[in-house]
Amino acid sequence: MITGSNTDAAQMKPPLRNIGVIGWLRENLFNNLFNSLLTLVTIYGLWLFVPPLIRWVFIDSLWFSSAEACRDIEGACWSIIPNNVSFIFFGFFPEGQQWRPLTAMLLLFALVFYSKNRKHWRQSLAIYWLLGLIVMGGLMHGGVFGMPVVETAQWSGFPLTLMLALFGMVGAYPLGVLLALGRRSKLIGIKSLCVVYIELIRGVPLISLLFMSSVMFPLFLPEGVSFDKVLRAQVAIILFAAAYIAEVVRGGLQAIPAGQYEAANALGLSYAKTMRLIVLPQALKIVIPPSVGILISAFKDTSLVVIIALYDVLKTTKVTLSNPQWMGYSSEAYLFLAVLYFVCCYAMTSYSRRLEKELHAGH
Amino acid sequence: MPRRQNDTTAADPPLVPFWHDPAKRGMLLQIVVLLLALGVGYVLVANTQANLQRQSIATGFGFIQHEAGFEIGEPAIPYSAADSYGRALLVGALNTLRVSFTGIIFTLIFGSVVGVARLSRNWLISHLAKVFIEVMQNIPLLLQLFFWYALFYEAFPSPREALNPLRGVFVSNRGLIFGVPIEHPAHGWMLIALLAGIVLWRLLVWWGRGLQERTGTIVPVHRLGIALCLLLSLLVWLAAGAPTAMNMPVFKGFNFQGGMSVSPEFSALLIGLVLYTSAFVAEIVRAGIQSVAHGQVEAAMAIGLRPGQVLHLVIFPQATRVIVPPLTSQMLNLTKNSSLAIAIGYSDFVSVANTTINQTGQAIEGVALIMVVYLFFSLSTSAFMNWYNKKTALVER
Amino acid sequence: MKITRLIALVAAISLLIGGLAVAGKDFDAVKKKGYLQAGVNGGVFGFGMPDAKGVWKGLDVDTARAIAAAIFGDADKVKFTPLTAQQRFTALQSGEIDVLTRNATRTLSRETQLGLNFVTVNYYDGQGFMVAKKLGVKSAKELDGATICVLPGTTTEQNVADYFRNNKIKWKPVVIESTTELAKTFFAGRCDVLTSDASQLAGARSVAPKPEDYVILPEIISKEPLAPVVRHGDDQFRDIVDFTVLAMINAEELGITSKNVDAMLKSKDPVVQRFLGVTAGNGAALGLDEKWAYNIVKQVGNYGEVFERNVGPNTTLGIERGLNALWTAGGLMYSPPFK
Repeated sequence: MITGSNTDAAQMKPPLRNIGVIGWLRENLFNNLFNSLLTLVTIYGLWLFVPPLIRWVFIDSLWFSSAEACRDIEGACWSIIPNNVSFIFFGFFPEGQQWRPLTAMLLLFALVFYSKNRKHWRQSLAIYWLLGLIVMGGLMHGGVFGMPVVETAQWSGFPLTLMLALFGMVGAYPLGVLLALGRRSKLIGIKSLCVVYIELIRGVPLISLLFMSSVMFPLFLPEGVSFDKVLRAQVAIILFAAAYIAEVVRGGLQAIPAGQYEAANALGLSYAKTMRLIVLPQALKIVIPPSVGILISAFKDTSLVVIIALYDVLKTTKVTLSNPQWMGYSSEAYLFLAVLYFVCCYAMTSYSRRLEKELHAGH
Repeated sequence: MPRRQNDTTAADPPLVPFWHDPAKRGMLLQIVVLLLALGVGYVLVANTQANLQRQSIATGFGFIQHEAGFEIGEPAIPYSAADSYGRALLVGALNTLRVSFTGIIFTLIFGSVVGVARLSRNWLISHLAKVFIEVMQNIPLLLQLFFWYALFYEAFPSPREALNPLRGVFVSNRGLIFGVPIEHPAHGWMLIALLAGIVLWRLLVWWGRGLQERTGTIVPVHRLGIALCLLLSLLVWLAAGAPTAMNMPVFKGFNFQGGMSVSPEFSALLIGLVLYTSAFVAEIVRAGIQSVAHGQVEAAMAIGLRPGQVLHLVIFPQATRVIVPPLTSQMLNLTKNSSLAIAIGYSDFVSVANTTINQTGQAIEGVALIMVVYLFFSLSTSAFMNWYNKKTALVER
Repeated sequence: MKITRLIALVAAISLLIGGLAVAGKDFDAVKKKGYLQAGVNGGVFGFGMPDAKGVWKGLDVDTARAIAAAIFGDADKVKFTPLTAQQRFTALQSGEIDVLTRNATRTLSRETQLGLNFVTVNYYDGQGFMVAKKLGVKSAKELDGATICVLPGTTTEQNVADYFRNNKIKWKPVVIESTTELAKTFFAGRCDVLTSDASQLAGARSVAPKPEDYVILPEIISKEPLAPVVRHGDDQFRDIVDFTVLAMINAEELGITSKNVDAMLKSKDPVVQRFLGVTAGNGAALGLDEKWAYNIVKQVGNYGEVFERNVGPNTTLGIERGLNALWTAGGLMYSPPFK
């Protein structure tokens, strides 16, 4: 379709202008007057925009210099990143102990990478994850094997971002499934409770829940009981994500044909057994791709904790930017963060797409 | 609906104990869950009350009438620090509406353009659209907002050295300032002429449809209608003596005086919201257009419709039905995301409510207000979109 | 059967929650915890800000450390929670922190409506304006039409509104809820004027890309007595925090510094003996170790030392003592007798 490839040697070759580079260009960029014009205008636009950008990013830029050296250049000052890398990534985590969050992060990435392959989706995977989470927790918190204890208040930077997203998802999933089941329930009391919760949460911005966690939760608790700011934000993210997961799972439940329910009923399975053995395994399989979508949103949304003064990777970057030495290099720092977020999110997005295709083909 | 197990033996004493009867068990479960919910609610309320009392924190919404004592950057209605918290909050809500409404309009236009571009047969255009969509979707909105805002105040010159690309238009790190016509009675009349033009346009559409049904002739009613609107307004303007006086911005003292201005905070928020949401809207539009069966397009082309007509008469009406529901949730997302204004200093509702919480110390009332206002926005938007969806839904004959 | 079991469960849970509600007083709670949790500002240089290694520094930070020294005999038994302006009072009310040392201005409504107690002032401040030198502004009265960067939800925001309303001056606010971000925005030229407490203006200027390009206008438009805050309900704890600040002032009055405090233990002066706990009495009265004041001075220093170290003329802030000098030197710092 795209290039006129010649499969049949016996046939006469098409004219040169229909194949090869020229053919491709004709077909894709200059197939009529309007498209030709559009292409030319776009190329001109790119010509204006891209070369100066490349100059700024690569040619006139400094990568490993001092802040003073950056004052004299036209291009980007990427030196802000290597010079502040430990604060941006690990925030208040004590110097000299920062190999711990680094190891934990690498462990997490290894686990994620291992889980990508569907051949590994066995019970043992759950055990690996459980073990992995325990080891990560141990590494972060310390207090064992002679590692000094590091309080949650000092957990900051990129590990905090990952943790908020990961535990947000882990915590929200069961709650979301329960809410979805409740919303599909025939018991009017339970159903209305779930509907109200889901719609209420989905109707308000996350920031209002974070405010709630930061200034209202403390008032809900009895006198003398209080828990950590990070944990409260985590709870807010869980409550928020659960409502969205509930809707995704509900979509999965609705896609299960009625025959499955009826068959389960005919076998005399109880509600719990029907759900646990018949419906949920099928429904949850369907909703894996949209769930990855929610994980991506959760990952992006963790950046909002900046507003309630938690030191996630965006906040540590902003703190770095308010250092007088590095003031004025926002574009560089924000672009770096953008690339960081993009790589993580894009990996998840493309994985979810591939998974969707695979699961779809499985039927 | 709970099923009755012993329909035939209803008169007999039940053979199973009540905890094996699904109906009763369901009832029991509901009662327990509701009791638990009530119990948790009660404990929370009791705790909160005890806490408020113990710490002697003021409660209630009495503060709404107190003097706010803080200024707001870009009030949509007259406002000063001497006004009440209630009015300050109203200004905030209007600011939220202003940025959301403008944002939704721009997002719809820009998102559709990118969505169509994504399907373009032009390789360059479709791949540019793809790159745009991927980049925007995979970077947190808050980060994008910080980026735009920083770009605004770091890259643009100070008002004294403002860029002046057109006469009466200035761009500086204080935002975009442009001249507006000085108020003149003719403007009111022009508005009336415009409205009259729109009424005539509607009539023209109605007449055109009748004509097409009877004779098959197609009249370009929309082009005529738009021309009519413009022409009528222009005639009124000429009749009023063509007033051209402009309120031009002039640099005086610290800032530009006169004209209209759009602040960097508003612009950064708007650009961020529009670009971010457009990426999602583009994907929705693309999916909507692709959902129209290819046979439809081929059939339309076979009966001799021009490409523009195919898009307008065949693809668009069918794609709309697929597009509207997810589009609604994107509009709601945009409205909710506008609450990130607080991070870059635009005085939206959350930002004003936040200041109110700071000053009064009444966090519960403040957060409750934020939630109620957003719920109201969300519910009314979805009500409107549901109505629109029903209107455009397929009528099965 | 099931119902009764459930009711029992619910009852047990509510009892459990109810049981948790009974907790000790603030002071007992702090002692039991073994450390003091202090709320600080995360971004005001000289008052409360982490340095490049994440170690907290500043006058407010040192005040909190002094309280820890008084209670535990160890100035390091304190943990810091960085708080936004919005969170600071709620965090204190809810018990998330034990004491707030975060440049909070004492006002009537805060004391009454928020259920808080402000103790002795540890820094007398006042609100001022900073502008770029090239604007050529000499007085705040010339600021008609200016765009002003101001921290939202603070007394600062209200003061500037009041001041300009009173002087019939039009202005436009730009509000960003982070001290450092606000200063950054100002230096980038988003606003003509930065208004804040004079000490913070000095701090902001010291970290400006080119400090010499900015001037602080002579007008001080408000009184900002900044004091540590505790919540209502535990008078003993309030007294401890109050007298910790006073002890630092008193030590300066008596000429006791962290360097000479050990020598001063041998002083024959009964006032010094009482103060340092050589003569017992003060500690027991407060419910503290008799060495409490000694520990404060030894580990943290007297008020003068803390001031010089964090904000004084020899630091990047370069603030003169002014109102914060001892009363004997023309300032307002004055301590009641320690007996």
